[in-house]
Amino acid sequence: MTRSMVVMMALAAGMFAVAPWMIDAAPYEATMGLVYKIYFFHMPSAWMFLTAAIVAGVASFRLLFLKRPRAEHWVTAAAELAVVFGAFTLVTGPLWARKAWGVWWVWDARLTSSLMLFMIFVAYLLLKKYGGPGSDKLGAGLALFGMANVPFIYVSVNYWRTFHPPTSVVPTLPVAMGIPLWYCVMAFTLLFVILLRLRARLEHQRARVEALYLAEDEA
Amino acid sequence: MNAFARIVWFVVKKDLTVEVRSLEILSTTMFFAVTVVLMFSFGLVVDGRPLNDVAAAILWVAIAFSGTLALGRTFERERHNDTLRALLLAPADRPALYVGKLLGILLLLGLVELVLVPLIGLLFNAPVIQQAVPLLLLVGAGTLGFAAVGTLFAAMLVRARSRDVLLPIMLYPMTVPVMIAGVRGTAALFQPTPDAAIAQFWLSLLAAFDVVFVILALWTFEPVMTD
Repeated sequence: MTRSMVVMMALAAGMFAVAPWMIDAAPYEATMGLVYKIYFFHMPSAWMFLTAAIVAGVASFRLLFLKRPRAEHWVTAAAELAVVFGAFTLVTGPLWARKAWGVWWVWDARLTSSLMLFMIFVAYLLLKKYGGPGSDKLGAGLALFGMANVPFIYVSVNYWRTFHPPTSVVPTLPVAMGIPLWYCVMAFTLLFVILLRLRARLEHQRARVEALYLAEDEA
Repeated sequence: MNAFARIVWFVVKKDLTVEVRSLEILSTTMFFAVTVVLMFSFGLVVDGRPLNDVAAAILWVAIAFSGTLALGRTFERERHNDTLRALLLAPADRPALYVGKLLGILLLLGLVELVLVPLIGLLFNAPVIQQAVPLLLLVGAGTLGFAAVGTLFAAMLVRARSRDVLLPIMLYPMTVPVMIAGVRGTAALFQPTPDAAIAQFWLSLLAAFDVVFVILALWTFEPVMTD
């Protein structure tokens, strides 16, 4: 455990401990009332979900085309985080939608593409767990295709139907709402970086232990 | 004929020869597709009348299901006889092997669709003959997109455990755009007054999907199939 990690973990813990007060201090939204405040956790986790998907795609590219075997550990770490933050996003979203739209789920572009991306990464985890030997490369192929697929899912569902508030609301938010929002984005980013590094480190070490076992057997 | 095209041709010819001798995959897949259409019809036809747009949806679900089956069987055959290893050992361009396999699957699915589309027209009173050309383009582009991703994934999964269940798990989320574009485009054609503009939008989306994923698959096939 490096010192930078300890510092980051302490900082993240502090930020998440303060976050409820920050969110509490944010003003009421006239039409939606209290329930809109879930947005302060929903949006950052959705951003981290997408970031994780991009990290997984880039790491897959490095593994498959640049032949960097260690990149596989980053694919695994990022894919697991995509599932974690994706699940968080997909749980907090419907909680808000039930109040704002009156239904838990609508077949909107963002919702559907998030769900599909989430499913692709769940498929990745299933493949890793049950695919047997050699599934790391298959998983990298899957993650790469998943990343390339996002715009297609988005355009197709967007043309099909759209309800979700556009991301362009973010710069137009009043400052009193913007500050807690960006605070939460920072906290989530920090958490994401910590988890990603820890998970990738675990994979590096697992690979090293395996290599040592193999060396032992040969000796 | 250059080397690439020759290898593609050899792979297609090999698959065709094996298939023509037994007709195993074609006959089972075709019967399966018909069964899927009937199963969905029982669920979605109410009081003797189909729900809105149901014909288009059933057509594409049947294509996806039977496509998965055909992909799985085609590569199971290669695995069973350990011939995929021989193919990969051959001094041939890996992308050419992929294209050969893809064309074989496309041919198979094309034959299945030749039965499937008229069947849908017959059972749901859909204007498949009047809209033959745009329908052909939509089904062709959609099948290419589905098979391009499917061939790569099925080839990747040949050596994996639980490949039968992993193939659809990986393939269906990935081909959601094909399903949406195919169903919406076909539904636009099956309306009482067909909407050519909407069908064309979906066709162009499918074409873009095909281009991106065929290139990506050609590119990925080599590294993922190398041990």
